[in-house]
Amino acid sequence: MAMEETKVRPAAVELSDLDTLEAESINIIREVAAEFEHPVMLFSGGKDSVLMLHLARKAFYPAPIPFPIMHIDTGHNFPEVIEFRDSQVDAYGVRLEVASVQELIDSGQIKVAHQLESRNRHQTVALLKGIQDGGYDAVFGGGRRDEDKARAKERVLSFRDRFGQWDPKNQRPELWRLYNGRHRKGEHIRVFPISDWTELDVWRYLAREQVDLPPIYFAHERDVVEVEGLLMAVNEFFPLPEGAEVKREMVRYRTVGDATATGAVSSNATDYEAVIAETAASRITERGATRGDDRFSEAAMEDRKKEGYF
Amino acid sequence: MSSLLRIATAGSVDDGKSTLIGRLLHDTKSIFEDQLSAIEKTSLARGDEQTDLALLTDGLRAEREQGITIDVAHRYFATPRRKFVIADTPGHIQYTRNMVTGASTANLALLLVDARKGVLEQTRRHALLSSLLRVPHLILCVNKMDLVDYDEDVYDEIREEFTSFAAKLEITDLGFVPISALGGDNVVERSTNMPWFEGQPLLGQLEDVHIASDRNLLDNRLPVQTVIRPMSAEHPDYRGYAGSVVGGIFKQGDEVMVLPSRKTSTISRIDTPNGAVAQAFPPMAVTMLLDDELDVSRGDMICRPTNQPTANRSFEATLCWFDETSSLRTGVAYQLKHTTRWMTAEVETLRYRLDVDTLHRELGVETLEVNDIGRVAIHATSPLFFDEYRLNRTTGSFILVDPATDLTVAAGMIIGAAGEATVATTEVVVADNVTFHPSHLSREERWKALGTSGATIWMTGLSGSGKSTIATAVEHTLVSSGRSTYMLDGDNLRHGLNAGLGFSEADRAENVRRVGEVAKLLADAGTVSIVSLVSPFKDARDRVRAAHEEAGIPFYEVFVDTPLEECERRDPKGLYAKARAGEIKDLTGVGSPYEAPESPELTTDPDLESAVREILGLLG
Repeated sequence: MAMEETKVRPAAVELSDLDTLEAESINIIREVAAEFEHPVMLFSGGKDSVLMLHLARKAFYPAPIPFPIMHIDTGHNFPEVIEFRDSQVDAYGVRLEVASVQELIDSGQIKVAHQLESRNRHQTVALLKGIQDGGYDAVFGGGRRDEDKARAKERVLSFRDRFGQWDPKNQRPELWRLYNGRHRKGEHIRVFPISDWTELDVWRYLAREQVDLPPIYFAHERDVVEVEGLLMAVNEFFPLPEGAEVKREMVRYRTVGDATATGAVSSNATDYEAVIAETAASRITERGATRGDDRFSEAAMEDRKKEGYF
Repeated sequence: MSSLLRIATAGSVDDGKSTLIGRLLHDTKSIFEDQLSAIEKTSLARGDEQTDLALLTDGLRAEREQGITIDVAHRYFATPRRKFVIADTPGHIQYTRNMVTGASTANLALLLVDARKGVLEQTRRHALLSSLLRVPHLILCVNKMDLVDYDEDVYDEIREEFTSFAAKLEITDLGFVPISALGGDNVVERSTNMPWFEGQPLLGQLEDVHIASDRNLLDNRLPVQTVIRPMSAEHPDYRGYAGSVVGGIFKQGDEVMVLPSRKTSTISRIDTPNGAVAQAFPPMAVTMLLDDELDVSRGDMICRPTNQPTANRSFEATLCWFDETSSLRTGVAYQLKHTTRWMTAEVETLRYRLDVDTLHRELGVETLEVNDIGRVAIHATSPLFFDEYRLNRTTGSFILVDPATDLTVAAGMIIGAAGEATVATTEVVVADNVTFHPSHLSREERWKALGTSGATIWMTGLSGSGKSTIATAVEHTLVSSGRSTYMLDGDNLRHGLNAGLGFSEADRAENVRRVGEVAKLLADAGTVSIVSLVSPFKDARDRVRAAHEEAGIPFYEVFVDTPLEECERRDPKGLYAKARAGEIKDLTGVGSPYEAPESPELTTDPDLESAVREILGLLG
């Protein structure tokens, strides 16, 4: 009694790697939004925060994103990025909080040796003050574990004491998808929903979704000087070192940070496809290639994280 | 389509684990030049003889300075076929806590042994933890083959020793590879030093391991994370239940039940991040819309009315204690997180502590300390909606948090509801004189009194034909409808009843005979026995049929007629690849013949839905 009729097989019930990452990140964002009273999502206009915001929108669609975003503004900005940030606020209909490093300098709460020193480290002060002032108990950050060795050890939900500090040797075990975000008043939890994405994953996904990015992520002509192997943009935040030779080059940025400390890379990649090809072939990490501040010591990131950095 | 595979690695620095990971990253071009030059500097400053690839994974200052690994580190690499996430767990301190953490979400465990030392206590411990956490696949890498002159005998001996140990555990898929991580032999490229090894190099095995069927696709489970209600002009009436599917396949139009209210409705729509879909499966993050307005909130569980999880306040579990600063106290309130719910719970009884080296149960212990594993009875303030951990790693797991410190102090895996789960006995008693005692009850009396009727469904077909999947689905359907059913799986029986039998013609015949006897006894007792067994030889099957006919018990032979090419293409256990590589002999269809049934009660192809329907039709 063999069956003669042709059978229609059910569609494959499998997800691709990007769809799996997307589903896992959305699970984290929903879990935190549901369990915490006052979450906030950090947003720099950088590609990782753009990705996070995009995922947050998908997590709650068609309802609006149920928490505000916060920009830690060093005052040393690429104008294209600020313009982009504001356009995103409109597009997503989210509330933007700005924690300003410049204001803290002006009011004497941050001491600087000179106006043009890198403000990367000062961001920690502004960030912690922003968290305290807003009464936030959960802070979404776009950190990825492939970025840095210290980040490779970070939990998805990471506890911060009342001083905003991280104790890497005493982290809560994190099993299955059972996140423990319990904390007391004054303490908070950092949440890293895109922990498991790599730089290439981020680019592949943003390309697939055709998400807008600040234009500086794609190759453009710019006046740059080469300083200790980094291509630094010539602008108001970057005093020309003596004897430096200004070159006009096609460059793009792999990360967006404090304009005094973020370098560009030589590139002709003007669209997503070309950036992905370059990223796949790159032999240098994005932070190593572009961040002066992460190259001080092998543990630069760990030290800053313990103090409360992103 | 590129997929994602999570790997948990375990072992100490000495067995070359970090070197192996470094090698995988390096040979798949996942290490960057600036990372390499940074660790070269550190190695030089520390006075190492050569660059220590372990520094790539040891991320914290204290770890690099002391040359030890403290915490689980995550590493990433990708090939065109797969993205890999490695949870690298240290072997020497906090091994249980870290290994359990890494293994909890892993698809595959990668264990290393030093070819010179063979299987050590630590190897067995890691294998046990992998099995306890139900990591579906395990690969044992026999490393440092260069230091034993690439000797095949050394490899074979280790392989055999580990295979016999693993038989005591519940490891469903076990693979082996002889490697030299230092030289790169059989890591990414096939080794020219070991031409005798015909299997795949490690990376190829990692790319090929089949994980799609590791998920539970039968028991529909959606724990609700949050309710989406835009209440906007554009979407005034939208009300969706957002969560990640952790079991089964939900389809638009399905009838569903919401727990704990037990209200039922129909799925009107399934939204995903990328639009509406007809069906949703693990691990999709979805928003489910129902036809009726029900009161559903975070912590509720959506399932099928005919297939619900167990609801109980009291249950038995395996508990791993993690906290260094406190030990387990019975009768004290902890916070318990299960799926998307928090509740108060206490450990009522600590039944025993498990010695992870000997598997010995230590009775009469007072507490569990950090890195201890034990069996406990837990009582919660409200019912949990759970499945056994072995059936569902998400709905079967929980954590305990100490309300005094907010720390995660323990992780648990549910064995079953209180009273249901009993301590299994492994003792086998053999009598000298066995006499057959006829039961005082006739079969008719028994079946009538119990309101049941027994039968044997004998499913035969090639390895990978889909027998077990179909058998599992039939078992599920029958049990859900209240009919006593028991599945006898050939692979599983080889771990117990038929341990010791090989794959020679004689052993296979004996295997079939024993399974046939067990099926007949169960059927006699009133249960539907579903046998899933390759059983390639017609004679052996016919003898089972004759035994049933003699006893007057219904016997249905079902031939799962999946062509060899299709079985080989699926190769869920990797057997065909191994057989083609010459690693296993006598695989039915490759080195050993399969005699198709001449007049089975049913011939079916592997389409699950129709096969299940046809088999249920046989039973009437």
